Amino acid sequence: MAENVTTTPLDNADGDAVSGVEIQLNEVTKRYSGQREPAVDSFTMTVPAGNIVVFVGPSGCGKTTTMRMINRLIEPTSGKITIGGEDALSLDPDQLRRRVGYAIQQAGLFPHFTVTQNIAVVPGLLGWDKKKISDRVEEMMDLVGLDPSVFRDRFPRQLSGGQQQRVGVARALAADPPVLLMDEPFGAVDPITRGNLQDELLRLQEELHKTIVFVTHDFDEAVKLGDRIAVLGNQSKILQYDTPDAILANPADDTVAGFVGAGASLKQLTLLRVHEVEMTQAVTAKTSESVEEMRKRIDARGGRPFGLVLDERGRPLRWVHKRDLASGRRLSEAGRPVGDLVSKQSTLQDALEAMLTEGGGVAVTGGRGEYAGVLEMETVMNKIRELREEHGDGADE
Amino acid sequence: MNLFEYVADRWGSLSLQGLLHASAVVQCTIIAAVIGVLVGIAVYRSPLGSALATALASAILTVPSFALIGLLIPILGLGVEPSVTALVLYGLLPIVRNTIVGLGGVDPSITDAAKGIGMSRLGVLSRVELRLAWPAILAGMRVATQLMMGILAIAAYAKGPGLGSEIFSGLVRAGSANSLNQALAGTLGVVILALLLDGIYALIGRYTTSRGIRG
Ligand SMILES: Nc1ncnc2c1ncn2[C@@H]1O[C@H](COP(=O)(O)OP(=O)(O)OP(=O)(O)O)[C@@H](O)[C@H]1O
Ligand SMILES: [Mg+2]
Repeated sequence: MAENVTTTPLDNADGDAVSGVEIQLNEVTKRYSGQREPAVDSFTMTVPAGNIVVFVGPSGCGKTTTMRMINRLIEPTSGKITIGGEDALSLDPDQLRRRVGYAIQQAGLFPHFTVTQNIAVVPGLLGWDKKKISDRVEEMMDLVGLDPSVFRDRFPRQLSGGQQQRVGVARALAADPPVLLMDEPFGAVDPITRGNLQDELLRLQEELHKTIVFVTHDFDEAVKLGDRIAVLGNQSKILQYDTPDAILANPADDTVAGFVGAGASLKQLTLLRVHEVEMTQAVTAKTSESVEEMRKRIDARGGRPFGLVLDERGRPLRWVHKRDLASGRRLSEAGRPVGDLVSKQSTLQDALEAMLTEGGGVAVTGGRGEYAGVLEMETVMNKIRELREEHGDGADE
Repeated sequence: MNLFEYVADRWGSLSLQGLLHASAVVQCTIIAAVIGVLVGIAVYRSPLGSALATALASAILTVPSFALIGLLIPILGLGVEPSVTALVLYGLLPIVRNTIVGLGGVDPSITDAAKGIGMSRLGVLSRVELRLAWPAILAGMRVATQLMMGILAIAAYAKGPGLGSEIFSGLVRAGSANSLNQALAGTLGVVILALLLDGIYALIGRYTTSRGIRG
């Protein structure tokens, strides 16, 4: 990626970070004039404080309309919306919107404003003093990983798509709103940048705990980002509203299942990390040790006739079979080199991929690349089965 | 007397007429800009309103300037009023049209974002839409100014201010001493003023357009 982005750790000393508030939509309906069917029909949902809720569904199902009613860019025809217990429909719309962050596809940055000016808009509207605004702008740029000294005075057209999205997010967060609405904010960038932006949003959220409503039509994005996913059908009908793994393991109906797609179990594996499942321990030996030594250990274990040779710093080097351990050979040449490794932080999906290249169990490493254990194919399979059963029970009632 | 000697000889009155000419055009441009932009703002959201306003402004421009001024004399009398009225009317079309095009060309996602983060309607218009439409509006004003330079010369017929009176009296006295010099001096003056104002427009454009949207 050709992006010139620095990642600065967030200065978390800032104590005024407000965490999110609950949003409630109660029988909210939108009927556009001149249309017989309502675009959103009696939509009721509670978005828990501090959660990311992702609206996902086919094009035209009413995701955007539903979201835009929360900050009243679209006025509901009927129904009730509360944000943190406050009736959104009785507030002045402009005032309301200054307290609800809003980020959209292609960022919608003001092309005639610099990055600084763009981020400063909402604090300015709220009447903050100059010093506070400029401090806040710097803080926001750091937060989204844009070096202020490089990007402060750039105009949007001088930024890459991904950088523009970052500024868009910074602008939405500048006045520290408890609620953030994001309409396909990463829809217009390449998959790699998109992945990075998603990771960053998750990192931000870990620190900020906003209530985020996120619209996408990419189910994988929903699985990655959502604390909860709302799968919407036509007229914004809620087909299923649950945690990602519950939806993956047990889609409510065929439509949801279709949306989840064929690779549901595989997608579920992206939610689990290697350190969350059990590892086994292989027989190991360092390169400095003898083949006899290793053969003895394998025999002593009495399990499968395999072992793992580690280098002097304990990093996995080679897989060896007992028959490779003929006397007179050196461990650094026996067997075959380790093909693929995973770390404890890798997702189970990555692990499964590595297993396919390795043709069996895969070696797991810790933070400094040192051997930590072996993840077996059966463990992953069992985990999938377990998840299915767990969620299956709840959903059949 | 050749042209140079004539200009040197009459520099006092020529430069005064030039100044009056330029100042009348600039003032009329400003009036036309205020009216034109307001009209543009009023109609740009409605396709019908936009079409109507543009058609009306175009209709004015099709009336020959000589005829329009002639028609205005019985209503407004001679002097400044008919000239100013004619200039402003002619200046409207490019400004109204460019305002509509400029405002209509603002990316809806930008105004949506502006509204979405809490700018008031007036804020969106003044801080975002007009700022983004400004290069187009300024281009309209530039065309209006150029149009007015020539038309004001004709307004001398209604005893309007400016270099037109030099051209007219030169032409009326055709054949007599210095008549050609007088008409030429007036015409050249208009051309030079037009170029000068055009240069000033380029400068204004540079200093009032954000670097973020300058081409
Ligand atoms: N301003 C409008 N006037 C009339 N109908 C509209 C308007 N905006 C949206 N609609 C209709 O309402 C329905 C829902 O639109 P909406 O934009 O909410 O869908 P969406 O789920 O966000 O779709 P996408 O994934 O394509 O963005 C669509 O059928 C659309 O045609
Ligand atoms: Mg949409």
